[in-house]
Amino acid sequence: MDILQNLGLGFETAFTPINLLFAFIGVALGTAVGVLPGIGPTATIAMLLPITFGFEPVTSLIMLAGIYYGAQYGGSTTAILINLPGESSAAVTALDGHQMAKQGRAGPALATAALGSFFAGTVGTLALALFAVPISQAALLFGAPEYFSLVVLGLIASIALARGSVLKALAMIVLGLLLGTVGQDLGSGTPRFTFGFRELYQGLDFVALAVGLFGVAEILRNLEGDITRSVMVQKVKNLWLTKDDFRRIRGPVLRGTGLGTVLGVLPGAGHVLASFVSYSVEKRVSKRPQEFGTGAIEGVAGPESANNAAAQTQFVPLLTLGLPVSPIMALLLGAFIIQGIVPGPNVINDEPELVWGLIASMWIGNFFLVLLNLPLIGLWVKMLTIPYRFLFPAIIAFASIGTFSINRNPYDVYAIAFFGILGYILIKLGNEPAPLLLGFVLGPLLETYLRRALIISDGDPTVFVTRPISLVLLLLAAGAFAIAVLPTVRRKRDVVFEEED
Amino acid sequence: MSLHHLNDGLTRPRTARPGVGRFSRLAGLAAASLLLAACGGGGGGAGGEEDPAAAEAFPEDDITFVVPFSAGGPTDTVTRLVAEPIAEELGANIIVQNVEGAGGTIAAGQVAAANPDGYTVLMHHIGMSTAPSLYADLPFDPLEDFEPLGLVTQVPMTIVARSDFEPETMEELVEYVQANAGDITLANAGIGAASHLCGLLLQDALGVELTEVPYEGTGPALTDLVAGEVDLMCDQTTNTTGQIQAGQIKAYAVTTPERVETLPDLPTTEEAGLEELQVGVWHGFYAPAGTPEGVQEELSTAILAALEDENVVSQLGELGAAPFSQEEATPEAHRQLLEEQIQQWQSIIEEAGVAPN
Repeated sequence: MDILQNLGLGFETAFTPINLLFAFIGVALGTAVGVLPGIGPTATIAMLLPITFGFEPVTSLIMLAGIYYGAQYGGSTTAILINLPGESSAAVTALDGHQMAKQGRAGPALATAALGSFFAGTVGTLALALFAVPISQAALLFGAPEYFSLVVLGLIASIALARGSVLKALAMIVLGLLLGTVGQDLGSGTPRFTFGFRELYQGLDFVALAVGLFGVAEILRNLEGDITRSVMVQKVKNLWLTKDDFRRIRGPVLRGTGLGTVLGVLPGAGHVLASFVSYSVEKRVSKRPQEFGTGAIEGVAGPESANNAAAQTQFVPLLTLGLPVSPIMALLLGAFIIQGIVPGPNVINDEPELVWGLIASMWIGNFFLVLLNLPLIGLWVKMLTIPYRFLFPAIIAFASIGTFSINRNPYDVYAIAFFGILGYILIKLGNEPAPLLLGFVLGPLLETYLRRALIISDGDPTVFVTRPISLVLLLLAAGAFAIAVLPTVRRKRDVVFEEED
Repeated sequence: MSLHHLNDGLTRPRTARPGVGRFSRLAGLAAASLLLAACGGGGGGAGGEEDPAAAEAFPEDDITFVVPFSAGGPTDTVTRLVAEPIAEELGANIIVQNVEGAGGTIAAGQVAAANPDGYTVLMHHIGMSTAPSLYADLPFDPLEDFEPLGLVTQVPMTIVARSDFEPETMEELVEYVQANAGDITLANAGIGAASHLCGLLLQDALGVELTEVPYEGTGPALTDLVAGEVDLMCDQTTNTTGQIQAGQIKAYAVTTPERVETLPDLPTTEEAGLEELQVGVWHGFYAPAGTPEGVQEELSTAILAALEDENVVSQLGELGAAPFSQEEATPEAHRQLLEEQIQQWQSIIEEAGVAPN
């Protein structure tokens, strides 16, 4: 079979000392920037791109790709430890991961993230190697109507992210949708809610919003108490997973991996959707849905796996069609161009050692990540024992610097402060920020796809139900909505809500 | 500073010079030293020669090139390509900084307000000439607040369609589009993007109004074109060449006076009888107004020299572009092109009803 030959070529390329070295540097850097709140992989790759100009193309891409999926690992670390998601997908990990950390189970949470990610990364890479070409063809079946319906499904599913009342979750989603409209309108160029500030034309920055709503709001809440006492954990229980934990994460990891592998291929917010959808699926199938949001290990295992599987399969459209599905993939496309490789469907035939070497390096990189991260767990957990009065100013400083470094836009730092206070008020009012965040991420997509679908169909709204994939997605969304608002379910949710705080 | 010195010692072909200065600002990154060490180890650079005699009064310090678009994009690529020989020419370290947002107007606004000492230089493309028509209350005037330093390159654009679109040649396309204007969709990568501008010109040249479908960047637009969701698009060769060569999309013509090396079979719009459809994404450097003339000259001379650099010529060629000739690239020619383009786009954009906001 061709595939063995291809993979052989890939491993041959990836196993040269220089490529192994740069795969390691990439994932190590990725982990570092993932851990530092604020600085995400997009900013890092953008900053390091020029350094790779002189490398061999395959070496350069191996390192840049390593930064990307390494950051997916690292991002969950801060989400779990200090409730600071540096990346949209890590916001889901923060929900239960941080609760686990508060209960002294940061170790198992981090180990779950690492193991789940490794498994998912391996499967994702394998899927990439085996099915890249057919998968990419499937991705082309998704036009604007299909994406619109998919986003609707994602928004409905996000109600599951909240522990409290459905009504409040819906209110938060809507607030997120509204915040997502800030910026220049794509179709007409008209600025919306920019209040005359050109800096807001690009819209609000996701990282600033997440850092404010999750991290700073959490800090404000922690400071309510007596700060001389450690607000974090005193008793760190075990660092490693128990037998029971292993049993509990098995299903979520498998399902998350499957979801992530499929959704990662889709342009737009594929990997964000993957972790959100995985979370709500786990909550749905769990026998103990009430535990979600209070430190359920399934809530870490599923989304982390989904997110990492998606991180691998995001490369499918780039490598097979030369089409980037996310800003990071667009940067990597830029790396191709700079290296003098014309990106497109021919790359996989013209430059087989590049494509297969990159794919093989991803598996190697995921392996490095486990080696790198498992021993670090003890160190990270120790970080929690730093007195809070030292820890929280450091968190705020790092988060501000990191966020500023992305766009060098001072408004992003103001946004952290603003959303920190808003997040605090929302928590006090019993609202949770996660659905807001999802609304913010998906809102602009919802609008864009709706408008685009209608422009292309010449204003005919039936496209959403006459195209089969779109129809199926909408029916799923309707089903999910019905379950969410069924009175019995709601009563159960209200009971759970009572338990909060 | 130590990081700068480390880097200055390693003159590495095509590499880190423009980037490392920027990187050093992130010295807080624990990994920075690791990576720099690795660069030094992997590159095998020879000892550099600094030429202190060249530095009379300017440049005495690092120069910053501000790029108004993201790293890795076509404009960024062009900038970094020429930054290398310019840095050598001037004997200074060049830092490339990406300041994104609002179609490049944020970066241009920043440079317009920067100290006019020659240490902050803006790279901008055709968007410099369309900004006054596309944005109300711009924080700068392209002609008043800047000194054009010289042109660099012009990236040709291609008129492309989904692979199963009926017309086979440019002539057939013209006929088909004029007959079925109401049913045809035209993709673009957002207001003011090169693909948007070229689309406006195309409609203007054909005397039709097509249904424009905006996308958030070239990637998604091209994806939908490959998938057959939209019919037509006009975009830079940097973005379309791979797909054209693979037969995933159909190409009709290239919008520059000469054919493109990487797509030799593609006629020009002029050959296809559409002389008025001439557009390319031209790039040039600007200093803030009030920059001393001597400093402007130093920079212009270095830019002109960089256009003859072998690496620049060959790399631009791979992008389907070529540097401007020495006569076309002068600051005077640059100012003239800018003036003409501002005029041209003003009437086209006004006519198209893309209202300034």
